[in-house]
Amino acid sequence: MAAERDPPPPGDAGQARFGEAEDGEDLFVVLCSPASLPAEDISANSNGPKLVDSFLDDDPDDLFAEATEEVSLDSPEREPILSDGPSPAITPIMAPRIDSTLFDQALEEEEDNGDTFDICISVSDPEKVGDGMNAYMAYKVTTKTSLSVFSQNELSVRRRFSDFLGLHSKLASKYMHSGYIVPPAPEKSIVGMTKVKVGKEDSSSTEFVEKRRSALERYLMRTVKHPVMLKDPNVLQFLESSELPRAVSTQALSGAGILRMVNKAADAVNKMTIKMNESDAWFEEKQQQFENLDAQFRKLHASVESLVCHRKELSLNTASFAKSAAMLGNSEDHTALSRALSQLAEMEEKMEQLHMDQAYADFYLFAELLGDYVRLLTAVKGVFDQRMKTWSKWQDAQLMLQRKREAEAKLQYANKPDKLQQAKDEIKEWEGKVQQGERDFEQISKTIRKELGRFEKERVKDFKSVIIKYLESLVQTQQQLIKYWEAFLPEAKAIA
Amino acid sequence: MPTISQEYKTALRSVSVDLNNDVSLLIDIPDALCERDKVKFTVHTKTTLSVFQKPEFSVPRQHEDFIWLHDTLVETEEYAGLIIPPAPPKPDFESPREKMHKLGEGEATMTKEEYTKMKQELEAEYLAVFKKTVQVHEVFLQRLSSHPVLSKDRNFQIFLEYDQDLSVRRKMPRRCLVVSSRTWLKSADEVLISGVKEVDDFFEQEKTFLLDYSTKIKDSTTKAERMTRAHKNVADDYIHVAAILNSISAEENTALKKHLDKFSDMFEKLRKVEGRVASDQELKLTELLRYYTRDIQAAKDLLYRRARALDKARLKSKDVAQAEDNQRQCMQKFEKLSESGKKELTSFKGRRVVAFRKNLVEMAELEIKHAKNSVSLLQGCIETLKNC
Repeated sequence: MAAERDPPPPGDAGQARFGEAEDGEDLFVVLCSPASLPAEDISANSNGPKLVDSFLDDDPDDLFAEATEEVSLDSPEREPILSDGPSPAITPIMAPRIDSTLFDQALEEEEDNGDTFDICISVSDPEKVGDGMNAYMAYKVTTKTSLSVFSQNELSVRRRFSDFLGLHSKLASKYMHSGYIVPPAPEKSIVGMTKVKVGKEDSSSTEFVEKRRSALERYLMRTVKHPVMLKDPNVLQFLESSELPRAVSTQALSGAGILRMVNKAADAVNKMTIKMNESDAWFEEKQQQFENLDAQFRKLHASVESLVCHRKELSLNTASFAKSAAMLGNSEDHTALSRALSQLAEMEEKMEQLHMDQAYADFYLFAELLGDYVRLLTAVKGVFDQRMKTWSKWQDAQLMLQRKREAEAKLQYANKPDKLQQAKDEIKEWEGKVQQGERDFEQISKTIRKELGRFEKERVKDFKSVIIKYLESLVQTQQQLIKYWEAFLPEAKAIA
Repeated sequence: MPTISQEYKTALRSVSVDLNNDVSLLIDIPDALCERDKVKFTVHTKTTLSVFQKPEFSVPRQHEDFIWLHDTLVETEEYAGLIIPPAPPKPDFESPREKMHKLGEGEATMTKEEYTKMKQELEAEYLAVFKKTVQVHEVFLQRLSSHPVLSKDRNFQIFLEYDQDLSVRRKMPRRCLVVSSRTWLKSADEVLISGVKEVDDFFEQEKTFLLDYSTKIKDSTTKAERMTRAHKNVADDYIHVAAILNSISAEENTALKKHLDKFSDMFEKLRKVEGRVASDQELKLTELLRYYTRDIQAAKDLLYRRARALDKARLKSKDVAQAEDNQRQCMQKFEKLSESGKKELTSFKGRRVVAFRKNLVEMAELEIKHAKNSVSLLQGCIETLKNC
């Protein structure tokens, strides 16, 4: 099944930018639907004043280094984002060396395998390690793959929840600001975890562990499906190394945690004050589309959770009816009727389990998928925010350049040769920054287009698959229902 | 104001056995009107009996009229040895009314489609309550008409025929003294019946059985009600899910659109099936249990009356010879009561067994039908989606 790609909207404004024939871009063309992309001249992306050559050639350090600006790594997400290590406000961000060849390889692989990606990760065997409040759950992470980037075909390691969070925060800090949609990590749950720690062996804590295990597995699969993430050394290390340094700064109340919250607040303020001139209709349209999708998914998620809840209630009420019917059967003095009532009770007991199983299917297939997508859409919205910030930075640079030029003009008449020279130097510096800002903006826009295309493709695939699986679960339940009632019917008819 | 049309009537199944068999006296409730909170039943009689003025006639009756009739029969001493069919419960529109209230509150958060569907569901529920109340009132009358003794009761005939407002007659003095508080009497009866030494094996067994069974069946009724309600909630959730999927699909421009469309459509179809499963279960199981909870109570009432009569007969034996005559009379009454009581209780058991069988079989058949329907709907949808 060929996944469809969003064709870029017609006209200048929406055109994806293609430089001269470049390895990465050739592949990009190949992946798009044939009709859409003419080998265009570099057309102006109307957000910027001038044309820029293909920038994949540029020194990655230049592209991504943002030495002076205070940038929060984290896009505003619902849950506190966990970034690793010291706050980004203090240290400069090291540029990820996004080697374009790596990117191409990833695309190539995807192209070769069509829709199947030759790696399978499973998270299993949760085991409680330690005692009391310091206890934690360790999960076995098994990777089965034939990809060459891995050292073996089958790997197995043990990881704990904070390891996953640590991985996510590293990836977020590396890639989010460039416009990559970093798959969000599963949510923390203080209540859930505490129950497990204190050793409550009831069904709610087993359910919690299973829910978490499943979420971690989905998280890893999503992460490795992303061609850029898959090649990241952190990911490889996570899946391969037997020992992993403990990610301590993922705790909410650590020093890093506090800093994260501060940055998040600053971020929110900035978001309100940046008013971007969106002249690219494609982005405007997409942003609106994803806002709507987000609202709808949240609503749907809530409805499905209500369905799960009611189905569980149905199961419990069926169980209690079954018990009552059994007692009624015992009390009944007509022999045949008494037997039939007992059979009814037994059947209703089986129904109880059937309803509960369906409730689990409702939850794990449907509700959790929606939950994942609600979190993913937040990441998508974050990516748009990053673009906005990049634009803003570029605009600020332009403003600064203007000021420097004005200052220089004034100095022309002041007869202070060394100050004049300094002013001229500063102008040069800021011209560079303006160019950089524009390049950054164009790069992030380009990345986001690719990312959104990939996101939509994945979304279509995920939902198609889940819809069918879920319907099949409903079929199974109904078929089982038929079996139970058909077994009961002769018992009812036997009442004489 | 909903009325019952003939089509609905044919769908109604009495929880008791088919009662309306004797052509000499055929009764049904073909129509009913709901005015604010009052339900007006049209009681229609077709008869060959000469005691009635016309061979066919209809009268309007309210729920209170039925209660009057029931109470009158209960208080008729001659009928002490009979199981008086339980009075129909008061029409209870509380549940749909509450739902309507909630719907009104939630209107702002729903899409127009969702709201319409919820409203449809609400109307269906309202109609179901209505159908049920007509059914129980009808069955009450049919139980009377098919009883060899009770069908000849003068008050019953007045109820069927009197074309004026019965509330005037209702205020007329009754033949026997009325017992003031039912609950008081009930607890006194419980004490009496458990204390009285039973001479007859049959009644001893019946007593043990009925006392235990009535508690159990009451409990089963409650649990069945809860089960049915949960089922209805699931069906309602399907409505919401279908509606939201529909909105998402409307704005979807990827290959997913068709899938979402079909998925939403499937939920819409399934919720209709689930709704019917819930209401069939309600009618066949919950209603059955509800009815027989009341009927068991009527049988228990017979035992209480008998116990009282026995007590009365025994008491008198302590008195002087003058009361001997009285005592003989009481003893006679008691024996007659016991004899008819035995007959009644035996036929009651037969009736109960037949009704349970009928309803359990019908419920199983309906459940199988609905499940097969669901399976074929689902499989059809899956096929379409796989080829999509």
